Amino acid sequence: MFNLPVAFKPQPYSRQTSEKASRLRGATVTEGVCPYCAVGCGQLIYTKGGQLIDIEGDPRSPINEGTLCPKGANAFQLAVNPHRVTQVLYRAPYSDKWQTKPLRWAMERIAQRVKETRDADFKARNESGRLLNHVKTIGTLGGATIDNEENYLIKKLFGGGLGVVSIENQARI
Amino acid sequence: VPGLGASFGRGAATNFQQDLANSDCVLFMGTNTAEAHPVAFRWPMKAKEKGATLIHVDPRFTRTSALCGVFVQLRAGSDIAFLGGLVNYVLTHDKWFREYVLAYTNASTIIDDGFRDTEDLAGLFSGYHGDGHTGKYDAREGRWGYEGSPAHDGEPPAKKMLKEEPGIQGHDLQAGTPAHSVPRKDMTHAPEGQPPRDPTLQHPHCVFQILKHHFARYTPEVVSEVCGCTPEELVRVAELLCANSGRERTSAIVYALGWTQHTTGVQMIRTAGILQLLLGNIGRPGGGIMAMRGHSTIQGSTDVATLYDVLPGYLPQPAADQEHETLEAYVDHEGMTSGLWSDFRKYIVSLLKAWYGGAATPETDFGFSWLPRVDADYSQLAYFDRMARGGVKGYFLFGQNPGGGGPNAGLHRAGLRNLDWLVVLDWFEIESAVFWKSDPTGPPPADIKTEVFFIPAAAAPEKEGTLTNTQRMLQWHHKAMDPLGDSRSDAWFIYQLGKRLKELYAGSSDPKDQALLALTWDYDFDEEPRLPDGTASRIEGEPDLEKVLQEINGHKLDETDRRTGRPRLVTGYSELNDDGTTACGCWIYSGVFPEPGRNRAKDRALTENPVQPEWGFAWPDNRRVLYNRASADPAGRPWSERKKLVWWDEAQRRWLGLDRPDFEAAKPPGYRPPPGATGMAAIAGDQPFITKPDGVGWLYAPAVKDGPLPTHYEPVESPVGNLLYPKQTCSPTVRMFEGPLNRLSHTPTADFPVVATTFRLTEHYLSGPMSRFNSWLNELQPEMFVELSPELAAERGIVHGGWLTVRTARTQIEARAMVTRRLRPLRVEGRTVHQIGLPFHWAFAGEVVGGNANDLTSLVADPNVSMHEAKAFACEVRAGRLGDHPPGPTVRAVRWPTRGPVPDTPAAAQPEGSFEHGH
Repeated sequence: MFNLPVAFKPQPYSRQTSEKASRLRGATVTEGVCPYCAVGCGQLIYTKGGQLIDIEGDPRSPINEGTLCPKGANAFQLAVNPHRVTQVLYRAPYSDKWQTKPLRWAMERIAQRVKETRDADFKARNESGRLLNHVKTIGTLGGATIDNEENYLIKKLFGGGLGVVSIENQARI
Repeated sequence: VPGLGASFGRGAATNFQQDLANSDCVLFMGTNTAEAHPVAFRWPMKAKEKGATLIHVDPRFTRTSALCGVFVQLRAGSDIAFLGGLVNYVLTHDKWFREYVLAYTNASTIIDDGFRDTEDLAGLFSGYHGDGHTGKYDAREGRWGYEGSPAHDGEPPAKKMLKEEPGIQGHDLQAGTPAHSVPRKDMTHAPEGQPPRDPTLQHPHCVFQILKHHFARYTPEVVSEVCGCTPEELVRVAELLCANSGRERTSAIVYALGWTQHTTGVQMIRTAGILQLLLGNIGRPGGGIMAMRGHSTIQGSTDVATLYDVLPGYLPQPAADQEHETLEAYVDHEGMTSGLWSDFRKYIVSLLKAWYGGAATPETDFGFSWLPRVDADYSQLAYFDRMARGGVKGYFLFGQNPGGGGPNAGLHRAGLRNLDWLVVLDWFEIESAVFWKSDPTGPPPADIKTEVFFIPAAAAPEKEGTLTNTQRMLQWHHKAMDPLGDSRSDAWFIYQLGKRLKELYAGSSDPKDQALLALTWDYDFDEEPRLPDGTASRIEGEPDLEKVLQEINGHKLDETDRRTGRPRLVTGYSELNDDGTTACGCWIYSGVFPEPGRNRAKDRALTENPVQPEWGFAWPDNRRVLYNRASADPAGRPWSERKKLVWWDEAQRRWLGLDRPDFEAAKPPGYRPPPGATGMAAIAGDQPFITKPDGVGWLYAPAVKDGPLPTHYEPVESPVGNLLYPKQTCSPTVRMFEGPLNRLSHTPTADFPVVATTFRLTEHYLSGPMSRFNSWLNELQPEMFVELSPELAAERGIVHGGWLTVRTARTQIEARAMVTRRLRPLRVEGRTVHQIGLPFHWAFAGEVVGGNANDLTSLVADPNVSMHEAKAFACEVRAGRLGDHPPGPTVRAVRWPTRGPVPDTPAAAQPEGSFEHGH
């Protein structure tokens, strides 16, 4: 065997070269789950300084073993996206434009709208005296793209609390 | 997935995805797994590497077909005919798994001799009321029940009950007969316990003989006429499935929305269930039926029940009927005498305790009267029909886009325009948020009254909680960072809205407000929440979702956990009581949070066990393969060494195995219920389908609204008639919301001779809310197109890459033509039938916009689950564009989402190139 003499000499690395590393080094890693289809691929979410810097497939997940499909690989752009709305938008009846509004204003006005509608249309019994205890002019739609706990709270508040019957999700589409 | 619930007892995929690697043969039908669920498709590919045969049956040749050993092209909407042909082959060639079928299915059960099959009544079952198009069945009058069951000699109900209305309790098919006015137990429960059976299978009214009779006309020749495939193709698929099923081998069936989006979808899945039961493939490794679902927690949202007709855990939403007026009547009507549903009262009382807390007492009937009653169909389809007519005032959208993705989306937008107010929680300005200003088919904003609130939603990494994937597994996803700006999690919004409403109603003595005031609503964090990097969250008022998951899991209210000072968490649903001493928000999820600090949805441990039981938590009770008692023979021994999963260990007197047994752990195989036994004690030691009152899989299911056995009917819109039952073109129980906004072209239609089917692309998601605002995906799939065959293109003068227009009875859209041999003309009814395929991802809002396939589809609903029919409808195609060109994108494409460098990272480790790259 022989060794090339160059292997024993100090190498002329630049500082930039010696600092080369994965940008993920030192990042905070959080375990996520892909938000798209129902396969349930594990994802690793990398943040630095409170900023999202990357999302990768979780190599430990027995479902996807680190792989992601094109949509799963797009999870980063789904969150870090200039088209995302970050303020409350409000469209008045018959208006042709959005207005931005404070969150607190919107929450209060929505609660008010729910109460008005419910108070006007709540029915305790039908014509033949059967129990209804419902309001059928308010409805909710969606749930399959949010979390289970949120679904549970929707059903509990709107169904169990307010008497809304038309609580629905993507199961029919 | 009520098709699965009706056959096996639980409406969920039977096995887990990695288990497909253990299959000897996989039939993909109604799914393009390779493109719609690419990562899941790795597992059958591993099976293929080990020598398994993969089969694809589909209207289009796709990447799934390319990777399968066998591909059969069939006409969209003819699936029951094809599957019926497979069932008929298995029966006539005596290829069914005799020991399995005799012990584990209701093949030997004797049915009421008053029952009449579609063979006897020209395509209808007994008990039908209607005009042949939009009627309904009365199962009691039709005598669908088991011989000797109370419904057998019962008189038809004296009065009309609301529950007979189409759609009511439609979704609840976990077990029993909730689809009908008959009490659930009355169809299948004999007074002496087990229903009468004939183990020789010779009795003319036993299920096996009814089944043989029913499917006899599904011969390879007839199937070929209906489906457009050759008889040889059907026989080949049948031979492969039979050769790969039995003691030593197992076959799996995989389906997706290609089966569900039909007016006969439930029955397609039922036929697959019959086939898998006959071949002995349920409850076994490499077997089962995998439902490949489309949304990250579509399973979970159905379990926890954001559906109008079910409460959490598949308890029926009470109806405005005498039978549901009181808790007592409701339990009596909906509970079962035997099997897991005999504990019905425990589940509903524990739910009421979870919701109404201290106000739920025996004196108040546990608050049962506060639950809103169902008196009509309030499913999405029926509700938008009502909305479009002006009958709805306020609406919330939690991450769903009916204005782009609803069937007949134009009607859905007309509904949104008719609201007084609308709240949209989303990330982007989707169609349902900007319908008032950007819909090219809509009126000007000055004519639209709807007040719209857009609440920006937190992105997935900005929130936490559980998602239930397609194999029933709950996985917690952790919050990595705070939401941007004023965006908030949906949980924050619901929690804060609830708090405000409670304040608005505080002090009210009006009876209608007492449910809200009694509602337990306290999920504040005990300690200030922190982000993973240790910094404090800036969001105020976020609910602690682990507290919500604990409520879902359940508590023992009369025991205090010394560690927390709070009621003790239950370890599973077997701990629940019916006297108000337990609370549980969703009984099937019980066990997910068995003790403080132990959230099993967070489990991420890998073990030597290939089932990987410590990764996530699968309902029920962390069982990964449902009905896995059936992986052992009646005596408790594995059917074969090669296919062992759980077995009876005589020395330990317990069921053991790789998976958690889906059975009472200490019930020996030889256990026989004593006379008069009830509850789980009524289930014998060799009856694996424990949620069924008779403990066996249902070849014959008297619980399904459109019939106890699957029958081929044409789609509502089809260019050909029904070759199998000429008098009965479509399913006789479909609901059609016909009107000016929803015109139909009824079967057999001559005006619209081309069969259309919709499909999902790998690069896009649904109607585009999560993909068409994303340049990386838009670059991969930039434009709407329609797949059609060279023959159809030549007939209509359409060229590849050029424009074409597709027209249905609703509307017309334009798209680019993708002329491809992936579709080919089929010979059906002795003539040529063309098919086209449309991706359903484009609409008018986003970086890329285009013709919306969902505008073409119709609002029709199957009787069981109110599902529409986007997978088979009638259309006409022509060359050229629409007259007036639609406006362009609503937002400008942004190719790279970030500008600044990665924080806390040396310059040398920054991504190379300019951040302005691409601009």
